[in-house]
Amino acid sequence: MEFAAIFKAAFALVVGLDPGFLAIVGLSLRVTLTAVLIAAIVGLPLGAALALARFPGRSAVIVCLNALMGLPPVVAGLLVFLMLSRSGPLGSLGLLFTPTAMIAAQVILVLPIVIALTRQTVEDLWSEYRDHLRSVGLEGVRAIPTLLFDGRFALATALLAGFGRASAEVGAVLIVGGNIAGYTRTMTTTITLETSKGDLPLALGLGIVLIALTLAINAVAFGASRIGARYA
Amino acid sequence: MRDVASILPLAVDAVSFLGDGRRLIDGLSFDMPAGGLAVLLGPNGAGKSLTLRLCHGLLTPSQGRIRWAAGAEGRSRRHAMVFQKPIMLRRSVEANIAHALAAAGISGSERRDRARDALARFGLSERATQAARLLSGGEQQRLAIARAWALRPELLFLDEPTSQLDPAATRQIEELLSGLVAEGITVLMSTHDLGQARRLASRVLFLHRGRLIEDASAQSFFAQPASPEARAFLAGELIW
Repeated sequence: MEFAAIFKAAFALVVGLDPGFLAIVGLSLRVTLTAVLIAAIVGLPLGAALALARFPGRSAVIVCLNALMGLPPVVAGLLVFLMLSRSGPLGSLGLLFTPTAMIAAQVILVLPIVIALTRQTVEDLWSEYRDHLRSVGLEGVRAIPTLLFDGRFALATALLAGFGRASAEVGAVLIVGGNIAGYTRTMTTTITLETSKGDLPLALGLGIVLIALTLAINAVAFGASRIGARYA
Repeated sequence: MRDVASILPLAVDAVSFLGDGRRLIDGLSFDMPAGGLAVLLGPNGAGKSLTLRLCHGLLTPSQGRIRWAAGAEGRSRRHAMVFQKPIMLRRSVEANIAHALAAAGISGSERRDRARDALARFGLSERATQAARLLSGGEQQRLAIARAWALRPELLFLDEPTSQLDPAATRQIEELLSGLVAEGITVLMSTHDLGQARRLASRVLFLHRGRLIEDASAQSFFAQPASPEARAFLAGELIW
């Protein structure tokens, strides 16, 4: 197939709302959004707590978390694979090669981002708000809701960064999902497979959706920071 | 108006505070009975802010005690504090007040009523929905005072509330403070502005190097300062 024809076929796939194509996009979004949601529920309070807590080894924890933001996705996938494989500690759950396993792997990728960025945001806010919050009797755990709320725009950006990382990665979901057609096949794993098989329109169509998604994320992040600027 | 026993007088009893191995507050003792506006006066580094923070409970004395009447220590916080640089939450003007009320355990409709009252009392009603951090410096400090006022404190601490404001905004805050005192709120504020102390104070606590050098009515302090440090300070000389 020649170059232009590939693009034409790819656009036809995107615009034509082919059910198989939509199923792949849908699974990708379901896995990544669920992973980001879980990471937010766990990571926002944990990051805030880390910002306020003082304990021995705190600096080491922060350095490790920052380092984990750069954890290679294939390594995260490998770790989850080892946990979930038949001989692994969680092997009896039978979760390997399921969307649940893919969500677990992506949570591992997103969680450090959410915790580390939340820690930074909340720590900065706390140093600014400390006197007032303590004055009105909000200390420790009781200060966390206020700090998370007032950091909402920066934290939204942190969650979008997490979403961006998870939706773009291929290594982790490929290892623990197995790229099973109609079941664990995401946009990124399909692109990998179809490119090597030669079904370039499908790969390119998914690539277009991924790029559109990235654009959308950045537009939303930009909007959030603009709205945030209104509260300075 | 007060339906519970007063937290005043406040008794500061031989309080010292150590920081970095230095004695920053040294054997401070004074009482704050109800009524009036007392000014903590002194050069930079005299310990004015520290004294306010110790009284308000933001710092714990290294030695000595801060005692409230009726054993109302710590918990029933009917004292509030306004800081040198207004700390504005990233929310609307009204939400800033509502947040402080919520923190004090005041719920629902009463919270809204009291926030609206405070906005009206301090001329901020038209700003209610604006972002607090985009107000001018003078308006921010006014909001900080309104927010503290909404908590219905018996005693209000202010740490150099006008040091970052222009003369017009300073004048406005001073008028507000006189109004609060007339309302029956007891005020303890720090300043290094002698003019402001003369205009507002009914009592002067003169601090120098963490020690209380003089505690006198404003009239007698400005007419006849008893200590050489206070005389030098009033004469505008640098004292160490």
